[in-house]
Amino acid sequence: MTPNQPLLEMRGISKTFNATRALNNVSITVSAGETHALMGENGAGKSTLMKILSGAYTPDSGGEILLAGKRLATGDPVASRSSGVAVIYQELSLAQNLTVAQNIFLGIEPRRFGMTDRRSILQKSKPILQKLGATFAPTDQVSCLSLGECQMVEIARALAVDARIIVMDEPTTSLTSRETDKLFEIIAAIKAQGIAVIYISHRMEEIYRLADRVSVLRDGNYVGTLDRSELSADRLISMMVGRDLTSFYKKAHGGSRRGKLMLRALNVDDGVRVLDCSFDAFAGEVLGIAGLVGSGRTELARLIFGADSKLSGTIEIDGKPVAIASPRDALDAGIAYLTEDRKGLGLFLDMSIDQNINIAVIAKDAQCGGLLNFAKAKERSDEAVSRLSIRTKSASVNVGSLSGGNQQKALIARILAGKPKVVILDEPTRGVDVGAKSEIYRIIDELAASGIAVVVISSDLPEIIGISDRVLVMQEGRIAGEVCPAPTGGISQEAIMALSTGASVAA
Amino acid sequence: MSMSGAADQKRANFRATMTALGMLPVLVILTVGFHLLTGRFITVNNLSIVMQQASINTVLAAGMTFVILTGGIDLSVGSILAAAAMVGVLVSLFPDMGLLGIPAALGVGLICGLVNGAIISALRLPPFIVTLGSLTAIRGVARLLGNDTTVFNAELPFDFIGNGTLFGVPWLAVIALLTIAASWFVLKRTVLGTWIYAIGGNAEAARLTGIKVPRVLLFVYATSGLLAGLGGVMSAARLYAANGLQLGQAYELDAIAAVILGGTSFVGGVGSIWGTLVGALIIAVLSNGLILVGVSDIWQYIIKGLVIIVAVALDRFRLQGGRT
Repeated sequence: MTPNQPLLEMRGISKTFNATRALNNVSITVSAGETHALMGENGAGKSTLMKILSGAYTPDSGGEILLAGKRLATGDPVASRSSGVAVIYQELSLAQNLTVAQNIFLGIEPRRFGMTDRRSILQKSKPILQKLGATFAPTDQVSCLSLGECQMVEIARALAVDARIIVMDEPTTSLTSRETDKLFEIIAAIKAQGIAVIYISHRMEEIYRLADRVSVLRDGNYVGTLDRSELSADRLISMMVGRDLTSFYKKAHGGSRRGKLMLRALNVDDGVRVLDCSFDAFAGEVLGIAGLVGSGRTELARLIFGADSKLSGTIEIDGKPVAIASPRDALDAGIAYLTEDRKGLGLFLDMSIDQNINIAVIAKDAQCGGLLNFAKAKERSDEAVSRLSIRTKSASVNVGSLSGGNQQKALIARILAGKPKVVILDEPTRGVDVGAKSEIYRIIDELAASGIAVVVISSDLPEIIGISDRVLVMQEGRIAGEVCPAPTGGISQEAIMALSTGASVAA
Repeated sequence: MSMSGAADQKRANFRATMTALGMLPVLVILTVGFHLLTGRFITVNNLSIVMQQASINTVLAAGMTFVILTGGIDLSVGSILAAAAMVGVLVSLFPDMGLLGIPAALGVGLICGLVNGAIISALRLPPFIVTLGSLTAIRGVARLLGNDTTVFNAELPFDFIGNGTLFGVPWLAVIALLTIAASWFVLKRTVLGTWIYAIGGNAEAARLTGIKVPRVLLFVYATSGLLAGLGGVMSAARLYAANGLQLGQAYELDAIAAVILGGTSFVGGVGSIWGTLVGALIIAVLSNGLILVGVSDIWQYIIKGLVIIVAVALDRFRLQGGRT
């Protein structure tokens, strides 16, 4: 390998599924020791490109992949792996009941007399884990590890086979910010060994912190590559969506003129994750709830919504106390909740968009005590599809066929179908591409303008600052404080960080 | 380019049609095949026999469809059928009130189903375990009812159900088809039906949209029990007798096979009652056709089992082909 030769060259890669072109003549190059970010909206072709690199997909003829100048056999996962390509997928693939060391050497166990050589596995895992700064032992069972630690095991697994390129597909989605920091340290360390990291993420902040170069894909086409020095959010966003977004966050509703008290939560407590939380939300405002992952934000929302049972505390809606023992009670009282886990707890993937939107109100719409009112359901879903601009041929197709952003809009349409007074949106833009994000911000803004009290839980600080009128910060189960816009400017990111890490208590 | 586009379109249309048809082609092929082999399969008389043979399994499988759509299973239907048939025949022996045997048998089925449903929804125990337990317990009850003997009633007041016809169609088949029609109506036209699909698709999401999941589960197991009771009435009416030990043995397996052959997902949320009807007919056509061909009893078992596996494997293959 000559000094200036790139480690990886993918040239003229195309991929066609049936009649759809997922990738169109894409070429990228990655050098040894660089962190190369790959960005693009959902469906832009990032995952397809990486699956071609890992050998899971065979590209259309005409494209080629060169690893250190040598041609890689395409469509062959074994060839890719043995040439040093390791992929860490969003869904981790560890065997829960095996130890850390067994997982690291899964499939490549050193053998002695035909048996797995446990001692050598242990000996070989130790230095790898040490290099990563792991605080757990190779003999620990994976099921006892946190998500962040599991990811470390995945990385260790890649290092164990002497990977030269490690692909990480949205690795921080389920990590706490402490774990994210740790991951970034690890990335810096493996970079220093000359290993290239291809990093897929939607989070602009992470790209700023990590990337040496950023390549952008749009609709299966290669748009361009920016060097670290050329990075700017505006530029990246316009490359990804193909147009300029003048105002990304939208806050056109009432502003400081907030309406009457809509939701009052008093001393809500579950004894473990949520401790004595009280707050008010007013009609026509967007109230942000910030805090680290695990600070109890989702748990608080679920207690208010009746999804989990609370130990103590009262909820008042529109000035009247309401007894909430189940989601049904909450919905009847006018509270709607958008789950953070769209696929796991939200959507019915085998049902149509129409059914997904109407499911919570079909009983109310029913005729003769239980017959479905198809006309009314269709009217509502058609209206929602056009108002929330859900991109689909019709509302009768399966919700599972939509992109993440459009699925999210269908879920938002569901919670709005019940005409709620209070909506709690838990990570409303998680896993959603940039275009859909700005549309969800517009919807949130319109909800507040229509007099609904909107509570938004988010881990994305620029987002929560951009759309909220004020922000509550949770820390270790308690509401640590409230951050309002400063007279001279907006809500400060530093103030939120200080509260969420407990720094301001010490100060 | 436009040529291949049109071909693609045609292929996509073909796939959509195949998906909608489900196992119907298999049923048609089996029917035509048996006719070619024997020359006497497609006759009014024989098809009437096939429909009668399919009827009880169809009724049980309809109830099973409700249960499997929620992601559950009901292993106890064969035992419930036996207990209901016993009660039906015993009550029919009361002088002048013999017709009460029908509501009595249905009542037994409903109660058994309600008990299953109550345990599953209130105690949140796995349906497989609960109905495995009731399979055994209710079988014992059925034997207890007749002191472990066969009960007869040669003068059964509702014997027309088992042996009579309505405009030339056997009553058994009429009941089975009505059950299918009623099930279709509940599943596709009512709020409850949508809830059943939703719970099977994603139970926790269903709870979060305000659906009272335990009540819906109670309904589906009660329905399965009630239809097993109906199966008991049909069975008693055909035989003029009931036996707590032998009646309905392994019927739950045929019912489950019919549902799965019909394309209903074993994890719930996806499926249709028409598929179940086709599945039940496939099983009946196989049994009848193999007898006509002269295949021995032992080989019938082996062939039936293999056909079920192959049919479901083909179905899985077909669906996967349609998805990508």
